[in-house]
Amino acid sequence: MANETPTKIVINCSTGVREVLELTQDEIDEREVMAIQSEADRVADEQAAVAKAEAKASGVAKLAELGLTAEEISAITGA
Amino acid sequence: MQSIQTVTVGSGGAASIEFMAVGEIPDTYTDLKVVVSGRCSTTDTTATLAFNTGGTYTRRTLLGSGSAASSNTSAVDFRISQSGDTPSTFGNSEIYIPNYAGSTTKSYSVDSINENNATAAFQAITAGLWNQTAAITSIVLTPGSGNFAEHSTATLYGILAGSDGTTTVT
Repeated sequence: MANETPTKIVINCSTGVREVLELTQDEIDEREVMAIQSEADRVADEQAAVAKAEAKASGVAKLAELGLTAEEISAITGA
Repeated sequence: MQSIQTVTVGSGGAASIEFMAVGEIPDTYTDLKVVVSGRCSTTDTTATLAFNTGGTYTRRTLLGSGSAASSNTSAVDFRISQSGDTPSTFGNSEIYIPNYAGSTTKSYSVDSINENNATAAFQAITAGLWNQTAAITSIVLTPGSGNFAEHSTATLYGILAGSDGTTTVT
């Protein structure tokens, strides 16, 4: 059965010696925390981008309701 | 600029890549540069770097997604291609670390992209700061999740001082 313990590559910049080492349990635990944080950051970034796009679309729609032409809205918002 | 060490990830991938004994490389270098060609084993395009141990990192990133531009302070230092990106493509990043052996807090800058033949592909420019004053003795590169995929590479370069011993040249 294959060994599924994650490994890391460590290279000594002084000697050039390269080693492939299994992660310690602490390193595995830290890695899992980082993965959770990374996913949370990704979701937050996506949600922020969606919220920004929705706010922009809403603003453009309201300007149109006020009677501005598409050209005028584009001149103001760059949209 | 001189190549110091290169790491190529073998079959099975690697959870991280560590350049150790950085403090023992010749002091003819003033700055360091890490060039990464990376791909992740999961659907994660993010990756981080870490110096020595401990400390706090702060970042500001300008990010293009292929359809929108934004700015953030996320805990991401560079981008790598993810498992769903165009097969056999690798993200490219250049991490510049000035004055790595100095006694002030360590700044770094990153120019990074993930390769993907589709609309969704990230381009990022990041300015980062590690709030520790110790000389950098190790650099660890870690994907946001999973492993660096086989054939990913990372090369550490040293930037030579100029003839006056203080000017940075390339």
